[in-house]
Amino acid sequence: MFQILTPSGALNQESPLEVEMIRRLYRAMVFARTYDRKGTALQKQGRLATYAPFEGQEAAQVGSAAALDPDDWMAATYRDGAAMWMQGYPLELLLAGRTGDERGGSPPVHVPVLPPSITVGGHMVHAVGLGWAAKLRGESRIAITYFGDGATSEGDFHEAMNFAAVFSVPCVFFCQNNGWAISLPREEQTRSETIAQKAIAYGMPGVQIDGNDLLAVYQTTKEAIERARGGEGPTLIEAVTYRLGPHTTADDPGRYRAEGLTEEWRRRDPLERVRLFLSEREVWSQSWQQQIEKEAAEEVDLAIERAEGMSPLGPGEIFDAMFESLPPHLARQRAEATQQ
Amino acid sequence: MAELTYREAVAWGIAQEMRRDPNLVMLGEDIAAAGGVFKTTVGLLDEFGPERVRDTPISEQAIVGAAMGAAMTGIPVIAEIMFSDFLAVCWDMIANEIAKSRYMTDGQVSFPLVIRTANGGGVRFGAQHSQSVENWAMMIPGLKVVAPSTPIDVIGLMAASIRDPDPVVFFEHKSLMATKAEIPDGEIIDQLGQARIVRDGSDVTIAALALMVPRALEAAAALEADGISAEVIDLRSLVPLDTNTLLESVQKTGRFFTVEENPRLCGWGAELASIVSEESFWALDGPVIRITTPHIPLPAAAALEDMALPSVDRIYETIVKSFDAR
Ligand SMILES: Cc1ncc(C[n+]2csc(CCOP(=O)(O)OP(=O)(O)O)c2C)c(N)n1
Repeated sequence: MFQILTPSGALNQESPLEVEMIRRLYRAMVFARTYDRKGTALQKQGRLATYAPFEGQEAAQVGSAAALDPDDWMAATYRDGAAMWMQGYPLELLLAGRTGDERGGSPPVHVPVLPPSITVGGHMVHAVGLGWAAKLRGESRIAITYFGDGATSEGDFHEAMNFAAVFSVPCVFFCQNNGWAISLPREEQTRSETIAQKAIAYGMPGVQIDGNDLLAVYQTTKEAIERARGGEGPTLIEAVTYRLGPHTTADDPGRYRAEGLTEEWRRRDPLERVRLFLSEREVWSQSWQQQIEKEAAEEVDLAIERAEGMSPLGPGEIFDAMFESLPPHLARQRAEATQQ
Repeated sequence: MAELTYREAVAWGIAQEMRRDPNLVMLGEDIAAAGGVFKTTVGLLDEFGPERVRDTPISEQAIVGAAMGAAMTGIPVIAEIMFSDFLAVCWDMIANEIAKSRYMTDGQVSFPLVIRTANGGGVRFGAQHSQSVENWAMMIPGLKVVAPSTPIDVIGLMAASIRDPDPVVFFEHKSLMATKAEIPDGEIIDQLGQARIVRDGSDVTIAALALMVPRALEAAAALEADGISAEVIDLRSLVPLDTNTLLESVQKTGRFFTVEENPRLCGWGAELASIVSEESFWALDGPVIRITTPHIPLPAAAALEDMALPSVDRIYETIVKSFDAR
């Protein structure tokens, strides 16, 4: 499995990034973790509907998204808030989506990120279409799609992979193998030894990497993006990571997995090894850590305030979102609903 | 006697049938160790083991497709699709294969197969996790469609569905999961295609299904105070449909209302309205009126979801107004 930065913070090979950039991405991971933990806390207070935490997957999401150009497309899932935020999806809209506000699915038009996919699998095929469109339009943008190990069992995954290769579209398939799909362990999801090897069947490169290694994630994704942008077609990346938390706030992992396993993965925390790396180079300090945690908390709190400060959508507005112009049957139903 | 919730009744009904028939197997996502995301299959893995209660990869087409293959050989299968919204992911298997294969084998092959699924709204899950799609299944020739509203019906209709030699899509309602009832001792087995009059009345007939049944009953109680006597019919199964009970009731009351959770266009009530107007036209004292969700996806926001689903107030007011309009 490809790794650059070991859990103890040592380099196996040259870093693809300057120390200053690594420091910035570390800050982004701290930010992501702050957001994620607040997401769970808000749900516990009844301020969000179910929330799907990504704790443990920060390096996979931040490292891969950092390799994108600002106009590259992204089609991701309910668990990919960090990657989406990195690519410009406003935090307050991610949060608004979790409060049940449909405007959460409506980022500013310049943000090249689809709203989080709720149905497992479909968005991988959409990413193929996004990449295809870029090709048709002669644009140099690529599409990246994020999905879990479980999603590789859907027919959509196989059709997307095959289509992408046959159409030779600029698409990167980024699988976060976090060990679990709700209660189903990775070994019960597929008998393939790795998820990366599935790429062989479709005629594209497949790479398995340490998904908790920011640098390996960055470098591998960068290479796949360059291939895609260079007209060489899609790549499958399997980032091996771990879902440290429950599937969602409605889930109790105690029903199906041993606590010991989670503890073991805590020792491979994706943030800690970067911290060690930075500390070694004397560009990390306790006071800086406190400062960036404080800044993260403030920014997330501001996003929460904005999300909660949105005046609720009214019944009329949800009808108006149905079609470009309202057909008569809906105009009538809208009138009835707004009279109630 | 035992007091069971609707969700416990699901596992109870399945267990009753698994004890009776050692061939009966079950498959689906997160149904074994996790006991189902709605906790409707808790305890089944422990009692029947992983061969008979089988967790699957996230492959809806394979879940129902493999269930069909096994059922063709005579092995009764219960397949779970976690949310009824995801029936769409495997709709080819259901609509084109499972529903049509008896017919296309000239009746030779039977399919002892139940597709169970969590249906309906009221739980703030939004557009892709809240749909009421029993009407999708109703419009496909070759499928039976069941949607119980009480724990006892869950058990009895589950047993009837499992024992039925044809494919049944069995809709369990998310918002009813916590409702409770006393369950009598001994085996419970019901019949498909029998509606139940859950409240007698003489002025109006209200047909409802699943979550809409308790709402219709509450509205009927409010109507009583206004001097309107409402008969409430729990349809329980859409295919086969108990038209006799419906038409007899309309003969008596002369007024017919449906309360439907599915979006308005082509909701099951449209079919009932057509049957009633065709067969009981001369008994009617007023227009047939459908009370439905508007033709929109279900909003996730609480206030908007409550606005969209037929509420007790909306049922009550619609019926009262229909009298005023005379
Ligand atoms: C088509 C479909 N089937 C089932 C579900 C229910 N479901 C939601 S998330 C999930 C597990 C997905 O696992 P994985 O792809 O590994 O991603 P993870 O949640 O671990 O990030 C399931 C089964 C769904 N949303 N869509």
